[in-house]
Amino acid sequence: MGAEVLSVSVDSVFVHKVWNDIELSKMIGHDIPFMMCSDQDGSIGRAYGIYDEDSGVETRGRFIIDPDGIIQGFEVLTPPVGRNVSESLRQLQAFQLVRATGGAEVTPSGWKPGKQTLKPGTDLVGNVWKAWKVEQAFED
Amino acid sequence: MPEESKPGCQRPPIQKMNVETDISTEPVKEAKKSMIRVGKPAPNFTTRAFHQGKFKNIGLSELKGKWVILCFYPGDFTFV
Repeated sequence: MGAEVLSVSVDSVFVHKVWNDIELSKMIGHDIPFMMCSDQDGSIGRAYGIYDEDSGVETRGRFIIDPDGIIQGFEVLTPPVGRNVSESLRQLQAFQLVRATGGAEVTPSGWKPGKQTLKPGTDLVGNVWKAWKVEQAFED
Repeated sequence: MPEESKPGCQRPPIQKMNVETDISTEPVKEAKKSMIRVGKPAPNFTTRAFHQGKFKNIGLSELKGKWVILCFYPGDFTFV
């Protein structure tokens, strides 16, 4: 998918190194492949609206940024609940498809790679019910 | 006596000193928060990073031309 992943927390790069070395690298069998960024004053988190001033940490904000530097999507969770990586990848693939087709194809609810897209146009107005069924949103 | 606190993903609020300058900076922070919107440019930043055994300086703008997934999290050694 060719995306660059950046992780950000308020920890120093030294703590990132130790976390990578003593725990994460053992979890995955090699070094963390992406850049682990440090935001010790919370300024990046504030700019993205996900810095929690009360506890002094960043919440689980995830942003998909396109090759032009435009934010295409984001999701923010409070600390105790982890993310769904497959959902982030699904969204990335959907945004990449839309970009590759110049918007000629769009992805309906529940879309995954290989599933049906829709082609917006005058013929489709009022006719989505013929081209796409609600059940498709729930199918794998 | 300081009490032992249990480790968790949710950090308790920090008791911050009541600094008066906080009041004057508050509207600026609020303005920045409202800037994040889909379809709008991602705020640029430069910072230090740890990457495969090395410390690096990275700017978001250096990644123009690539898709970027930017993930914030509460802290190293948190559990989920």
